[in-house]
Amino acid sequence: MSDPIRFLLGTDERAIRDADPNMTVLQWLRTRAAQPGTKEGCAEGDCGACTVVVGEPAADGRMRYRAVNGCILFLPALHGKQLITVEHLRQPDGALHPAQQALVECHGSQCGFCTPGFVMSMFAMYHNEDRPSRQRIQDVLAGNLCRCTGYRPILDAAEHMYDLGNGDAFSAHEADTAQRLTALRGDATLHVTGSGRDYYAPRTTDALADLLAGLPDATILAGGTDVGLWVTKQHRKLDTLLYTGDVDEMKTVREDDDWIDIGAAVTHTDAMDLIGRHYPDFGELLRRFASVQIRNSGTLGGNIANASPIGDSMPVLIALNAELVLRQGSGRRTLPIDQFFLDYRKTAMAAGEFVERIRVPKPAAGWQLRCYKLSKRFDQDISAVCAALNLRLDGDTVQDVRIGFGGMAAIPARAVQTEAALRGQPWSEASVAAAGAALEAEFKPMSDMRASADYRMLTARNLLRKCHLETTNHPAPTRVLDHEEAQA
Amino acid sequence: MNGRTFPEFDNASRTVHKPHPHDSAHKHVTGEAVYTDDIPEPRNLLHAYVRLSNTAHARITAMDVSACREVPGVAAVMTADDLPAKRDVGPVFPGDLVFAEDTINYWGQALFAVAAEDLDTAITAAKQATVEYDELEPVLSIDDALEKESFVLDTKRFDKGDTDSALAQAAHRLDGEFGIGGQDHFYLEGQIAMAVPQEDGDMLVYSSTQHPSEVQHLVAAVLGIPDHGVVIETRRMGGGFGGKETQPAHIAAVAAVLAQRTGRPVKLRLDRDDDMVMTGKRHDFKVRYDVGFDDTGRIQGVDFMLASRCGISADLSGAVNDRAMYHADNAYYLPNTRIVSHRCYTNTVSNTAFRGFGGPQGMMAIEYVMDEIARHLGLDAFEVRRRNLYGIDERNETPYDQIVEDNILPELFDDIEQSAEYAERRRRVDAFNAEGGVLRKGLAVTPVKFGISFTTTHLNQAGALVLVYTDGSVQLNHGGTEMGQGLYTKVAQIVAEEFGIDLERVRITATTTGKVPNTSATAASSGTDLNGMAAQNAARAIKGRLTKLVSETWNVDAEDVAFRDGQVYIGEDAICTFPELCQRAHLNRVQLSEAGFYATPKIHVDKATLKGRPFYYFAYGIACAEVLVDTLTGEYRVVRTDILHDCGKSLNPAIDLGQVEGGFVQGMGWLTTEELVWNDKGSLTTHAPSTYKIPAASDMPVDFRVRLLDSGYNREKAVRRSKAVGEPPLMLAMCVYHALKDAVNSIAPKGTRVRLDAPATPEKVLLAMEHARGLGRDARAPAGSLEEVDE
Repeated sequence: MSDPIRFLLGTDERAIRDADPNMTVLQWLRTRAAQPGTKEGCAEGDCGACTVVVGEPAADGRMRYRAVNGCILFLPALHGKQLITVEHLRQPDGALHPAQQALVECHGSQCGFCTPGFVMSMFAMYHNEDRPSRQRIQDVLAGNLCRCTGYRPILDAAEHMYDLGNGDAFSAHEADTAQRLTALRGDATLHVTGSGRDYYAPRTTDALADLLAGLPDATILAGGTDVGLWVTKQHRKLDTLLYTGDVDEMKTVREDDDWIDIGAAVTHTDAMDLIGRHYPDFGELLRRFASVQIRNSGTLGGNIANASPIGDSMPVLIALNAELVLRQGSGRRTLPIDQFFLDYRKTAMAAGEFVERIRVPKPAAGWQLRCYKLSKRFDQDISAVCAALNLRLDGDTVQDVRIGFGGMAAIPARAVQTEAALRGQPWSEASVAAAGAALEAEFKPMSDMRASADYRMLTARNLLRKCHLETTNHPAPTRVLDHEEAQA
Repeated sequence: MNGRTFPEFDNASRTVHKPHPHDSAHKHVTGEAVYTDDIPEPRNLLHAYVRLSNTAHARITAMDVSACREVPGVAAVMTADDLPAKRDVGPVFPGDLVFAEDTINYWGQALFAVAAEDLDTAITAAKQATVEYDELEPVLSIDDALEKESFVLDTKRFDKGDTDSALAQAAHRLDGEFGIGGQDHFYLEGQIAMAVPQEDGDMLVYSSTQHPSEVQHLVAAVLGIPDHGVVIETRRMGGGFGGKETQPAHIAAVAAVLAQRTGRPVKLRLDRDDDMVMTGKRHDFKVRYDVGFDDTGRIQGVDFMLASRCGISADLSGAVNDRAMYHADNAYYLPNTRIVSHRCYTNTVSNTAFRGFGGPQGMMAIEYVMDEIARHLGLDAFEVRRRNLYGIDERNETPYDQIVEDNILPELFDDIEQSAEYAERRRRVDAFNAEGGVLRKGLAVTPVKFGISFTTTHLNQAGALVLVYTDGSVQLNHGGTEMGQGLYTKVAQIVAEEFGIDLERVRITATTTGKVPNTSATAASSGTDLNGMAAQNAARAIKGRLTKLVSETWNVDAEDVAFRDGQVYIGEDAICTFPELCQRAHLNRVQLSEAGFYATPKIHVDKATLKGRPFYYFAYGIACAEVLVDTLTGEYRVVRTDILHDCGKSLNPAIDLGQVEGGFVQGMGWLTTEELVWNDKGSLTTHAPSTYKIPAASDMPVDFRVRLLDSGYNREKAVRRSKAVGEPPLMLAMCVYHALKDAVNSIAPKGTRVRLDAPATPEKVLLAMEHARGLGRDARAPAGSLEEVDE
């Protein structure tokens, strides 16, 4: 007997029984809920046409609204939440929502197919931020592609909507909505069965560990920003899903004198502010990590456990010497992250084991971190090369250094030989050149659609040079995005 | 920044020349706009899935689909052998098979299709088939095709003057080659059709297509029924850009044959990956040039070889490559010219129409040459371009013999020189680069002169059906399709203006082959020119009859009768409302509907030589871009772009500005980050937005200054003196590419040249700079080198 998936669709309570746990929110909206306003553009979370907003009660009793990609979000993940789509935004008197009205007034739609997604991203921004900068608006809309307008009128509209009234029907009922959702959610493990498939959403780490022990073949589902694609792109069937997103303990971020301690189910959005505060360059990398929608769903733990060689957080975590807390049954062990990745998509996790927390050392005196992400497009792109250099200088001498690379090997890799070539050496052109030679010996990057092996190697070496320039008081700007003329 | 002001193109008009919002804007933002996949699904709908080949070239030795049929929920499986009539959906020439027959010719070719109760079942079932084949040697690249003389159509050439002598006698001569990548349309709405069987074996097909009449014709042929048995309806597309000109016929045909076979409605919607693998794209080109010029950079003669990768069939490649030839002059007078155009057959998807239709590639050829001339002579490329412009009364004959009669290029150059502060910024860019830092700048101006009309002359015709009801409301139908470009809005403005009624009184209906027959594709930027004029002709005919009625009833001269603000005027006196007049007309048995027609005048082309007057007029524009480039990584930003574009007397400056900005950014994508990558087996590896990168919001120029030419006026009698705007602005983006090339060249010694292929991805930019550094090694310390930056 399946538990019902209970959520608010707009303001209407829904209880869905016997849904296939592999069904996405987008499929459900379009084929079951007769709400075709939300569009499918790519079914992989890259174009944003499917953007919907998910509301959850926040700690302060208000609502937190987040734009997510409906195309790769499984329906059961809505349990205890509010789903808002483009169909729900008209004001009670039938007037357009400011996000909608502004797009009309600014001529922000042409073919209109991407428009519902833009409306929803703008709606979430309207609730979360007051009059953000043009550059911030570009960040917020980086996960929404438009092929017609060239974006200028959409960016204008995102500014203009703040001129069109204050608040909407959703803000008027926040407290009430939060209470309804808390009641809907309950506090037991959710078990959904449908089409012969199972979905479990435990509420505690212990329950998760127990379930996994009994279901060693289950697929652990966090944000679904990769697992979702197994279903939508590879047409795989995932018979048992274990969802970490309702485990409150794994959604906490803690901080002490030495560590930032991040639960594995914390989304990138929730982790990036704190991380960026301590490590601005890491924060800038996270700003360019996928899109708002993906960062709102995807988790740091998922990025690590998925072990993609081109995941953007791992090179930095390697350079920072982060630790992973792995959990199996009632047992825990701690592993330095550079020992976690064994081979292409193979990790040190045993069967029944999962990543519980990520522990990132706080900045230590004398260390400097530089992060670089190279991609064809600045925003919402996957790295050709990602590099992080964590450097401790003693005068002109490299006292210690840790370097992580993505895109250079089958795993996110620590550049051990390159580090060795620098450690104890003067921080000079000559040492950087020698380190570049060590780098060439250490890595054999591949050629693919993102970059050639030659480009990867050349830029990896050049990034060492860039880091050198940036840490030796080089006066001129070294990054196009930092240059004043490149600021929006 | 709402309240953007638009130039006032006409004080007297009420509806035309005004920035009305897109007719569907309210529906776009609420999700109420219905796209093909949003139409309420009919009872018993089946979902189709097409199994694609996973090899580029092979002989099929066995294909067994019986296991697919065994899957519960499967209603039909169809292979080539199951097709009832015609098996080919080639639009102009045969060669585009519905399903592969004995050979597979490209990776992603349709093998067979399954219709099932739901999509999941169709996909599962399609995987059950066994397909065996013997691999054959594929031809994959342009170079490979040129070497093997593998062509899909005959090579064509223009000859003007005596190119060989001009080259031999020129003071300077350069030759070289470079490549121009293709481009995926990446319309946000993928290809889709829903076929619904009707009485008597007829078929109604909802298709996301720019060309309903062609879909109708090809679906009828595949079903084996007359054209009258097929109706194609298209309310709107979620983007087209040329990708829905010929490609939708195949999708519609598959849905229709499955619907015919099962007697049930069938929907076929391609997912993004299948769409990108299976359907054609912009042609990639290889350009070789040999140019002779004088000390000032003026071209004496040029010899071009343009070779394009057409793929496995002709599709529209003939006309695309013709247009590339017609635009290899762009804005410049070429007194002696030879253009040889090879149309290469390759075992890749058949390339097709894409905004600009070969024009962009032809223009890139001459713009590249302009830049090379400037580099070689050490001159400013802006001046070299200006010196080569077409003249007004002389130096005004194109390589295809048409005289350029409406040239405004010199004005545009003067304007942009001032408004973009070209000279001052040139100095600043050079000074910045002279500092030799990690970052470099580049600056470039490129013009656009784009010929308006289908080069296939007979396509320049359109029809409209205007229905006025007795309450004075108007239903407007025409053969053009709405893909976001605002065609419906602009044509409705034209009709509302004729009747002097509010735009809201004109209802625009879905385009259907049942109302306006035998239409041309909405393509070649011609949608408004043709359909707007056909609708205007229809409205004027009705208005003429109404005017006659007023004139007879009130016994006044027809010239004194006017329609405005919903009223009918005699002189300055309002005598009745428009609805009252319509009612009166009905009672007097005056016809209130009209089928309008329009055919573009003046144009003609000799099919053998391609010479004549292919274009009714030219659209012009100019753009200046400044870029900032990282010499260590090849990353770049477009920091400023200035655009001045000529829309004639714009029918709707808001919509036209949207076309200019959107076209520019789309063109920028083509020349920068949009890289189509095929592996060595002929499989496209960039088939989704995760790997194929169209511009995102932050890629828009940081400082983006776009203007419509406020003195715009079409010297030809195009509808209300407006100019076509769909395609021309795309090519404004050439300035971004050339600004990047300028930045790359800042590293090279003066007088040397560095090859840069398009798209200029960060990788290509960096590798070109590496090459430039090599050129510079003897001359001076390499820019951005360790030695230099350490200072």
